[in-house]
Amino acid sequence: MLSFVLRRIGVSILILIAASFIMYTLVSLAKDPLTDLYASNSPNKDALIAQRIEWLHLDQPIPVRWLGWLGGAARCVIPFGGCDLGVTIQNQPVSVLLGRAVSSTLQLVTAATILAIVLGITVGIISALRQYSAVDYSFTFASFFLYSLPSFLMGVILKVFVALGFNNWLRDPVFTWAWIIGLSLIAGIFWQAVIGGPRNRRLVVFAASVLVTGLMLYGMTVTEWFLDPSLGPIIAPLLIAAFGAAMVLLIAGARARYAWRTAGATVIVLIGAFFLLQRFLPLFGVWGVILLFCLAGIVGAVAGFFLGEFDKGPAIRIGILTGILGMGVIIVDQYLHTWNSYINNPRINGRPIPTVGSETPNLQGDFWIQSTDTFMHLLLPTISLMLISFAGYTRYARGGMLETLNQDYIRTARAKGLPERTVVVRHAFRNSLIPITTIVAADVGALIGGAIITERIFAFSGMGALFNSGLNNSDPNPVMAYFVVIAVVAITFNFLADLAYSALDPRVRVK
Amino acid sequence: MTIPMGANFEAPSEPAAEPTKVVTADEKGLSQGRLIFKRFIQHKPALISILLFVLIVGFAISATGIFGIPGWWQWNYTSLLPIQNNGMPTLTLWPFSLGDHPFGQNNVGKDYFAMVMRGLVNSAYIMFIIGGIAAFIGVVVGAIAGYYRGWVDSVLMRLTDIVIVIPIIVVGAVVGSAVGGLGPLVLAIFLGFFAWTGIARLVRAEFLSLREREFVEAARVAGASDARIIFKHILPNAMGVVIVSTTLLIAAAIILETSLSFLGYGVRSPEVSLGLLISQNEAAFQTRPWLFWWPAAFIVILSLLVNFVGDGLRDAFDPRQKRIRFSKVKDLPKDAVVESGLSADVPEGVVMTRTGAASNSGVSSEEPDEQSFEPETRR
Repeated sequence: MLSFVLRRIGVSILILIAASFIMYTLVSLAKDPLTDLYASNSPNKDALIAQRIEWLHLDQPIPVRWLGWLGGAARCVIPFGGCDLGVTIQNQPVSVLLGRAVSSTLQLVTAATILAIVLGITVGIISALRQYSAVDYSFTFASFFLYSLPSFLMGVILKVFVALGFNNWLRDPVFTWAWIIGLSLIAGIFWQAVIGGPRNRRLVVFAASVLVTGLMLYGMTVTEWFLDPSLGPIIAPLLIAAFGAAMVLLIAGARARYAWRTAGATVIVLIGAFFLLQRFLPLFGVWGVILLFCLAGIVGAVAGFFLGEFDKGPAIRIGILTGILGMGVIIVDQYLHTWNSYINNPRINGRPIPTVGSETPNLQGDFWIQSTDTFMHLLLPTISLMLISFAGYTRYARGGMLETLNQDYIRTARAKGLPERTVVVRHAFRNSLIPITTIVAADVGALIGGAIITERIFAFSGMGALFNSGLNNSDPNPVMAYFVVIAVVAITFNFLADLAYSALDPRVRVK
Repeated sequence: MTIPMGANFEAPSEPAAEPTKVVTADEKGLSQGRLIFKRFIQHKPALISILLFVLIVGFAISATGIFGIPGWWQWNYTSLLPIQNNGMPTLTLWPFSLGDHPFGQNNVGKDYFAMVMRGLVNSAYIMFIIGGIAAFIGVVVGAIAGYYRGWVDSVLMRLTDIVIVIPIIVVGAVVGSAVGGLGPLVLAIFLGFFAWTGIARLVRAEFLSLREREFVEAARVAGASDARIIFKHILPNAMGVVIVSTTLLIAAAIILETSLSFLGYGVRSPEVSLGLLISQNEAAFQTRPWLFWWPAAFIVILSLLVNFVGDGLRDAFDPRQKRIRFSKVKDLPKDAVVESGLSADVPEGVVMTRTGAASNSGVSSEEPDEQSFEPETRR
């Protein structure tokens, strides 16, 4: 195992070096960094050219220049080695720019990746379980459609319809009757198709979802919910309890008493916390919120440990998930409370969904206002990135699940009388996750690279912008810095994928 | 790729009932190629997609002309015309008429129909050239690596790793910014040189497993040369992987080309491509939305159609994920013959795979409640 890891790292470094040479040559040949100066008519043109040649070592042949660059880049690996990724054509050190770009890109892709994985796998599995049903066909078509949509198209469409549309609508946030009826019917059709079952059950589900959605939309209209939203003292506890119940049904099944007890205890603590925290939450900062999530998880784990009887593992999982999701409800409620003062802020002026940038300049406000602002700026790019990778994951999850469901051990599990939930969640789902891990890992690297287009559309200054402006200004070093990060991330994640694969599937052994 | 061909046939009923055997064309001893073709034809979305694709691209080519042969459309994509009717599209569907400028005119008066058709042709042929070059290099590299193994394999696969490390959009942007001005053909050829890695890996894996099979050994014993074994014996068996991955690569290539053109690294003005048209008219969205919608619609349609074709091909070559559920007799394939059943009724809920292997729907993934609705014929 150790020799595998060491050998793999050695080979990866060699690959990286070779690829960096190819890339360096390509970038150097693609554009001449002096282009803009040749065209300039400033009096000290020659001095500027000489200066830039000196900064970028343009007097040396490309391989020599590459060696110098490699030497500087290699020092990034050594701690306190003095990281040197060269300078831009303006003589700024690239490593400083890179640090800023990496952090803002991570901000952008983290949520998108997590959401895409969770939603993609869920939808893929539902699709597989209802193979050749209307749901399956609709999801399949939707994922093909999203898959065929270039990201720039998605970005532009989101900007025009979601951002402008929502902002205009928010001036007078009223659902007309046509909207209420239409949306309720869509919700009804969706839920009855997803939940499925015999005709009677479908009808009940359909009626219930139409009614609930209709009432909700109507209620939102009369109370002008979108201008001053909140979950309130009734809906928030109900939501927390619903999350608890969902975790129980998903992980342990309806007949597991210990699971109900665990989730129940966690939910009671959280509902208590919800009422207790109401007054203090506005004073919390980012660390306070993180602490709250940790505490909620710990409460859940403790509940699971003491109430789990013989199934401590699943009970602890239920507890932790219920705790974190419930705390999520509490935090979301607090954000909703902030919403009104956010949209009425003079800098926002009632148009909360921005289409460019990563923050509103000169926005005054506490942690909640500031982070709402960040969320709103991340909203559209995140949706755009999410939908694109979501499409792929849905296809893979569906395919993997179908292949697993055709296996003999699934037949065995059914034959020995296990409930359908156990067969799907324990036997099929876990095994179908194995191939998905590899794809997810490979995709995370690609997602950072793929953000070039999305970042450009939303004028977001992350890694993609670094690359783009570097290439546009014929500036080789930022492009190379971008490449190094992408390549290292890709190689690392591929490596992790292989390790994970061999850990998950005992038939695969690394050697 | 091994396709289980009728080998694992099971009677579609439980022991108590009379076995009812359904024979489809799959079992009549057709050749592999015919079977795959049949499965592809039966995949309706894929079939419709390929027809539509040919139709759309053919229409575009006939409108703009090709290889210097002029098309039937009156305007050229570069000619500046007086703006009529504020550049609005003149296309009317009922009664159908194209009018002078069916897709409108852009802000300097160029006929947008000519531009979109020209862009469509450019995008289509760029994606085929990328796909063709990538498939060729990928097959050669993968075949040699997988067949010879050893140090040849190591060297070629490390080479593949080196290219794979550079994301295609990055290398595309760099290459495009260098050669994009030289025209779409040069751009496509250069992009093809960096897109082959996925195919190479798949073909190699396929060759590694196929080279151990008996028919390869037989060919070797009979004195066949390496080249003959690779191209005559192994490659035809690996065609499934090649065709499917090339189709999917072509679908990815259209996105790559349009994205690069959108970013300004791909096709350059005055030449047009669908991505370039969107990038030029993004700002005009509020005032002249049709300038945005026509190219956008064609990008999505082309890419969607190719993806559907790829999906259909994958199902045709590798039907492992296919489980066709015939709940009614009329849903059976036309050539199905009910052989040894007591009646011509196929029991409801019989699950049939395309390979002819049929089994009980107890194995299918439906909820138990749904099965209780089925009649008791098979119980």
